Amino acid sequence: MKPEASQLTRRDILAAPGLLILIPLEELLGTQEPARLPQRPAYPEDFNAYLRIAPDGRVTCYVGKVELGQGAMTALAQLLAEELDVALDAVTMVMGDTESCPWDMGTFGSLSVRQFGPVLRAAGARARAVLLEMAAERLNAPAGKLEVSEGVVRDPVSGRRISYGELVQGKRIERRLDQAPLKTPGSFRVIGRSPQRKDALEKVTGRARYAGDIRLPGMLHARILRPPAHGARLERVDTSAAEKVPGVRLIRDGELIAVLHEQRDVAERALGMIRAEWGRAPETPDPETIFEHLLRTAPPLRGVHEAGSLEEGARLSKDIVEARYLNGYVAHAALETHSATAHVEGDKATVWAGTQTPFPLRQQVAQALGLPQQNVRIITTYVGGGFGGKSASRQAIEAARLSKLAGRPVQVVWDRSEEFFFDTFRPAAVVRVRAGLDGAGRMVLWEFDVYGAGDREARQFYDIPHQRTRSAGGWSGGNPPGMHPFAVGPWRAPSVNTNTFARESHVDTLASRLRVDPVEFRLRHLSDPRMRRVLEAAAARFGWKPAPAPSGRGVGVSCALYLGTYVAVMAEVAVDKATGRVQVRRVVCAQDQGLVVNPDGSRQQIEGGIMMGLGYALTEEVRFRGGHVLDHNFDTYAIPRFSWMPRIEAVLLDNPEAPASGCGEPPIVNMGAALANAVHDALGVRLLRLPMTPERIREALRKA
Amino acid sequence: MQSTISFRLNGKPIQIRTDPDRSLLWVLRCDLGLTGTKFGCGAGLCGACTVVVEKEAVRACATSVGSVRNKQVLTIEGLSRNGRLHPIQQAFLEQHAFQCGFCTPGMIMNAYALLLRNPQATREEIIRAMDDNLCRCGSHPRIVEAIEQAARTMRAGGAR
Repeated sequence: MKPEASQLTRRDILAAPGLLILIPLEELLGTQEPARLPQRPAYPEDFNAYLRIAPDGRVTCYVGKVELGQGAMTALAQLLAEELDVALDAVTMVMGDTESCPWDMGTFGSLSVRQFGPVLRAAGARARAVLLEMAAERLNAPAGKLEVSEGVVRDPVSGRRISYGELVQGKRIERRLDQAPLKTPGSFRVIGRSPQRKDALEKVTGRARYAGDIRLPGMLHARILRPPAHGARLERVDTSAAEKVPGVRLIRDGELIAVLHEQRDVAERALGMIRAEWGRAPETPDPETIFEHLLRTAPPLRGVHEAGSLEEGARLSKDIVEARYLNGYVAHAALETHSATAHVEGDKATVWAGTQTPFPLRQQVAQALGLPQQNVRIITTYVGGGFGGKSASRQAIEAARLSKLAGRPVQVVWDRSEEFFFDTFRPAAVVRVRAGLDGAGRMVLWEFDVYGAGDREARQFYDIPHQRTRSAGGWSGGNPPGMHPFAVGPWRAPSVNTNTFARESHVDTLASRLRVDPVEFRLRHLSDPRMRRVLEAAAARFGWKPAPAPSGRGVGVSCALYLGTYVAVMAEVAVDKATGRVQVRRVVCAQDQGLVVNPDGSRQQIEGGIMMGLGYALTEEVRFRGGHVLDHNFDTYAIPRFSWMPRIEAVLLDNPEAPASGCGEPPIVNMGAALANAVHDALGVRLLRLPMTPERIREALRKA
Repeated sequence: MQSTISFRLNGKPIQIRTDPDRSLLWVLRCDLGLTGTKFGCGAGLCGACTVVVEKEAVRACATSVGSVRNKQVLTIEGLSRNGRLHPIQQAFLEQHAFQCGFCTPGMIMNAYALLLRNPQATREEIIRAMDDNLCRCGSHPRIVEAIEQAARTMRAGGAR
């Protein structure tokens, strides 16, 4: 099973280099990740775009991807070092600098290794082949007979050697080659290893610089006046007290009102002295009424996939089960708030930003400042967590506008309540599922309609003859105004957490009705060998003992496919019936992501996905009313902590012949369903809504 | 109200003239240029700004600079000496006990204070002591491993 071929969307076209189309700023500020990921983005063919070799042999690698914590800095360096035949330590990564790096649409979709990896490997292989030709001329030996090790070419006959650094002399390599063979897995010496992360030393010493760590001469920190609620308009404002604070500069440009000071806390204090009166915000749904609201306001359902005939499926069904699965809005809540530092000098702008999308951001900043795109440089620093939330980079545009108005470098670092207020949340959603079992206990009917989330991986992968999947609205746009009361966007594996929760909960319900073990039931409907293999591997590591649910043991399973990566999770929970509190004891995650470039990096992603997934499954849900986001900080919005930590075991299936398919997002998608299934197994009650808070578990027990 | 405040920062005496009610976090980050101590929540809820004052882990965002007068303040920048990583830093590096790295300085400083106070800390004590330091990337299992490793190293003689 392959990910569906994707068509070019309008956003892809917008992101293409050299095109300039004017779009309203508010639209630009939204999600930057296209719903359909392009199959072949336009990366340069010339390998010089990706690498430079210095006379001392050090290699600098230029990529438009950014380091969010996911380890791309290390994994991409491994890919280049492998094909170019240089030591990994000889490679320095420059990432997400729009001046020196080739264009890239953004770091999302677990694409860095999956889609950009082959491009970088090809560049390394071509450069190596050209360097071998050059060496052959210098050493008077046939290129095919030369050996390369760690950037030094050697003629085994004469024993003479010459380094890449000597061959290139720090210049561009003018020679071209259209094709060069890639190495095969058997000969890898850098790919498949787990070297020390390239960002390790800087990150354990506090030297790693994030966008809010930039310090420039004359730089001012800005705090911006914000409305109390989405949709509230400013009616009156008195800034006189704030302006009296020594050293404060007040900037007003239309709706943008900011106080600037050399010390951020002083700017903050001055901001608190502004007296502003705001109009009432329009009424919106609340976290309880949002689901009916979504069903009422969603655009018409759009077909995603269909096979067989639903009428025939219904006719064959002896038992038809319907359910409605819900989840609320979820925040990204990266520890680093949105941060940027901008320096606008005359008709040139430089912006240091914590962003997942430096190239689209360059276009937005250019548009906001009225400058040609080539006059704007975005330098991506280390990013303190993204998860999709830093695909939108409103803070960088604010910093650029303020720097232009102030004539000084300006830093914008959102506080935590701005972060919750402007976040592009994982959307609330409703999924309606209707499924039928025939007399032999096989799924013969599957209807899946998702509202509000999006259609990524919505279609069924179990073998079911009669099925239909439809979708209405979602994280990537196309929602009528007011459908989602605030901005929504990509959240780690966008829409797939929602779709997997609904699908795998429902499959479990069917197995339970038949009194069949949930693993056995899944295997009966799986012909895809890769999916069978991850499920069997998870069961083997977990020590899964077959039994129909609910067994009282508190174990659950869930399987998913995410853009080519196969993943199965098993979890064991303990539920306190009196309090409703769930403690997750153990999670096993088996994953087949094709070629594994960096096993330890992949394990980090699995561990991280599981830890983060505990949040959307158990506690995380944004509270809101009438345009107000009621969560302002981590006191009311609970993200996973050390004391929640289960024993986590990651099983990476060895599959080096299959292309690398990405690992940053897949490990999180099963957490909702695996835990809901485990809670059902423990208590005999099924929760149809995430998060499974203690109150909801107590309520479900009362109703049972 | 400006006043002169003296304290020891990473082992060196320092004197600044500022409002003593300002938070230590922004004095470190804006006035003194030490950006290793991070701003995450501004309300003592996430631990990204953890520094050590007189052997105690404190939240720099909720600590006034006036309150550290004549005290010893240690930040992430002062932890490695003579180019050698502290055993906690070394263990975080070896275990890859970070992803985005933004919570890392606060995690390391909180762990430093824990191991000063309790060099024999058990796994359960480590989890309890670290519970108010938040990490969104989910590096928790590795952070616990790293602190356990550092504790062993320090007990074996690498302690300072």
